[in-house]
Amino acid sequence: MIKNLPKFLRGALLTGALALGATLAHAADTIKVGVLHSLSGTMAISETTLKDTVLMLIDAQNKKGGLLGKKLEPVVVDPASNWPLFAEKARELLQKDKVAVVFGCWTSVSRKSVLPVFEELNGILFYPVQYEGEESSRNVFYTGAAPNQQAIPAVDYLMNDLGVKRWVLEGTDYVYPRTTNKILEAYLKSKGVKDEDIMINYTPFGFSDWQSEVAKIKQFGSAGKKTAVVSTINGDANVPFYKELGNQGLSAKDIPVVAFSVGEEELSGIDTKPLVGHLAAWNYFESIKNPANDAFIKEWHAFIKDPKRVTNDPMEATYIGFNMWVKAVEKAKTTDPDKVIDAMVGIETPNLTGGTAKMLPNHHLTKPVYIGEIQADGQFDVVWKTKGLVPGDAWSDFLPGSKDITADWVTLKCGNYNTVTKKCSGQNFK
Amino acid sequence: MPSCIPVRAWLAACMLALAALCGSPAAYAGDDELSATLIQFRDADFDGKTELVEKLVVLDNPRVAVILNALSDSRLYFQEDPGRVVIGLGDGSEITIEDAVTGAALGQVGKRDLDRITANNRLRSLIEDRLASLGLSSADPSQRRAAIDVFLRNPDPAGVPRLQARLAVETDAKTRQLLTVALALADLANPDATVRAKAATDLGGQLQPEIRGRLAKAAAEDSDPAVREAAQRALSHTQFRLQMLGWAETLFFGLSLGSVLILAAIGLAVTFGVMGVINMAHGELMMLGAYTTWLVQQWLPVNWSLPVAVPLAFLVTALVGIAIERGVIRFLYGRPLETLLATFGISLILQQAVRTIFSPLNRSVSAPDWMSGTFAIGPLEVTMNRLVILGFCIAVFALLWLALQRTRLGLEVRAVSQNRAMARAMGVPSARVDALTFGLGSGVAGVAGVALSQLTNVGPNLGQSYIVDSFMVVVFGGVGNLWGTLVAGLSLGVANKVLEPWTGAVLAKIVVLVFLILFIQKRPRGLFPQRGRAAEV
Repeated sequence: MIKNLPKFLRGALLTGALALGATLAHAADTIKVGVLHSLSGTMAISETTLKDTVLMLIDAQNKKGGLLGKKLEPVVVDPASNWPLFAEKARELLQKDKVAVVFGCWTSVSRKSVLPVFEELNGILFYPVQYEGEESSRNVFYTGAAPNQQAIPAVDYLMNDLGVKRWVLEGTDYVYPRTTNKILEAYLKSKGVKDEDIMINYTPFGFSDWQSEVAKIKQFGSAGKKTAVVSTINGDANVPFYKELGNQGLSAKDIPVVAFSVGEEELSGIDTKPLVGHLAAWNYFESIKNPANDAFIKEWHAFIKDPKRVTNDPMEATYIGFNMWVKAVEKAKTTDPDKVIDAMVGIETPNLTGGTAKMLPNHHLTKPVYIGEIQADGQFDVVWKTKGLVPGDAWSDFLPGSKDITADWVTLKCGNYNTVTKKCSGQNFK
Repeated sequence: MPSCIPVRAWLAACMLALAALCGSPAAYAGDDELSATLIQFRDADFDGKTELVEKLVVLDNPRVAVILNALSDSRLYFQEDPGRVVIGLGDGSEITIEDAVTGAALGQVGKRDLDRITANNRLRSLIEDRLASLGLSSADPSQRRAAIDVFLRNPDPAGVPRLQARLAVETDAKTRQLLTVALALADLANPDATVRAKAATDLGGQLQPEIRGRLAKAAAEDSDPAVREAAQRALSHTQFRLQMLGWAETLFFGLSLGSVLILAAIGLAVTFGVMGVINMAHGELMMLGAYTTWLVQQWLPVNWSLPVAVPLAFLVTALVGIAIERGVIRFLYGRPLETLLATFGISLILQQAVRTIFSPLNRSVSAPDWMSGTFAIGPLEVTMNRLVILGFCIAVFALLWLALQRTRLGLEVRAVSQNRAMARAMGVPSARVDALTFGLGSGVAGVAGVALSQLTNVGPNLGQSYIVDSFMVVVFGGVGNLWGTLVAGLSLGVANKVLEPWTGAVLAKIVVLVFLILFIQKRPRGLFPQRGRAAEV
């Protein structure tokens, strides 16, 4: 074993040196754009698509003549679904490659792991996925949905339009479902839902034996009141969950499931027959008809060279984030992080559903909220949408700890400001 | 693949043409009214659509059922030019359409050129109810029962005479029974207290939640004490049945989880248990089996794919297994640590290879019809796919056991595993036996992968989620003992499912693991330790 070790080490060093050589070989007169998405490991299934999206957007921007007269140059790294590696790779991007901006991360834990790096080295991160909120950093722009832009409207729809009286909050056991369910529980109780009408279940990551869980839901739903499941089940565990629902004969007509992590991409790996009619809440669906969306889908198919590939919500969030960054750089006439961060707030770009996304002082966006029903072809039909755009709220109004906290990077210059004690904590804490 | 699409389209066109020839769409008197109503769907919101569906149902036109079914399945579209409602057939971006009113074929169009007329769940339930209540006199007993189910969900006194009339002529036993229940439910609202009490007694033991709800209401609110008491008795009867059913269900869930654990572990019981090779790539061999299923489904109809996939997956993974053994493991016998590292490396290589070849996205493996839905064992409804997998697990176990006990190879395998030097002295070609044994274990893993493709995601990470469980089962059962694996798998499965309702899924898993650690402390060789000289080494 000891004999083998040096050989192994030598291999690792060689690969490292090769990677280094590749990045140094490029000319200096470009603007570097970091892409920090897992290309291997468990999260590769979701994140690879976002890497391709950023590459497509960079390609399109370069065809338009680049930015500030320079070409954009992507620097793609693979943090391999390994949370500490995310921080290392982020440091590498900012310090060694000196990228002007980074698009990346999917899971909350990867974002939490790179956050200190971006704050220390003053980088810019665009985070394109719906998340649990309770965060606002000067260096991060959250282009996915906050809980009030996804979870709360979905619950409103179930309560008001479908008359749901009993609630199952089913989630995977980690930070996003736990926080979201805490917010939802508080919200439901504020609407007069009683304790015995709420059931909260957690299952481990990658859970695949859903028999008892589904039987429990079935039993809970047979109390004579309309029941719905609010699912924050993470990616891979969804397929066996829906399969079991179908097998045990629970259709969307009896107990609808509204999911926050199931989009077109996840459905493309599932036999969708048993899922028809179940719901998902997002800020974008591929099926929404709109010239901008049609053009985006066409461009995506041409870029990825596969007309069967779908588009999804985090892709739209990446698209919005990228266009906002381009506009901010053009406005600031430099890629200097401080100037770009200041220029970002107030930037407006069209989204893909016919509206306008605006960057708010708390580094979140205004977004429309759509509820879609799953169709047999793996697409969603919109059955409900919010009247206008919903501004993202970084700190939930329904949690006792965060009710009084606001984030404002323009006037208060603070991401965690307590309006009662008038104190700023967290970043910029003095 | 691309060449298939025109063929399919051509076939669809042929069938449509045939349909048009056989019965050229007859013009009905109500067609104008029908198309006038249909056009309104375009701008209607969901409330408007509800009204329109009610309007359609009363039209006496055979196309109504076709149109409503299409609406329910999201196959109804509005075509802007020339402004008509059409029904789309088939999947993909190009679909064949037919006129909704006449049923005439209209050729192919791109899906994005059509506006889908959307339906939501409320609309779908309404359509289902309306179509079902039309089915009370249908020739198909299951449709008649669906119609009665609609009544059970929403007992409308106006429907009672129709049910009574049906009961008089009904011949199907199951349907008759359901009809009696439905009429008893209607009797709960009868002004005569004795009729109500009798109805309540008759409804005891019926498990439908609607009936339980009605009984509970009668037990609490009925004006007559005798009725209240009868309803209460009926309810406790129902409760008892529910509890029994709950236990039976838990037992089945446990056995089914156990069968999955056994399938995942049984290949390992051969490679790790019999040969003593710690094969970390075992999970990836299952993944290859699952991908083989997917590949088979690309070429064969879904219903036939599994019987073909099983032997093919065995062959593919057995060959990969033999390649791994000949290429890597045979140089590492007697060095467990290096074997562990090397096979772990192989597992990563296989994973990334699949990611590169098939993309990191999951592949969709469809369930054949004969594995969907539920199967009734008395009042207990068990899911068909779990039942099939349970049977499949038993079959695989029996075959493997026979292979090891009754064949020449099995004899040699046992001889080599008990005493390699002695076996070689007796003329057993131990190198060949090693390769074949590893191939056998790997092949069984591939077969397990076919079963897993019906339960979980077929993706590059499939193997990872089962590797820990498989080692757990083999170690708990006792290394080197197939029966141990069987007993360990089943008991871990049942224990997990008995715990789950009380503790939740996360805690149940932890409790089982803690128990295992304690057990291994007490009995390091598992449930059924191997005896003899090999065990001492």
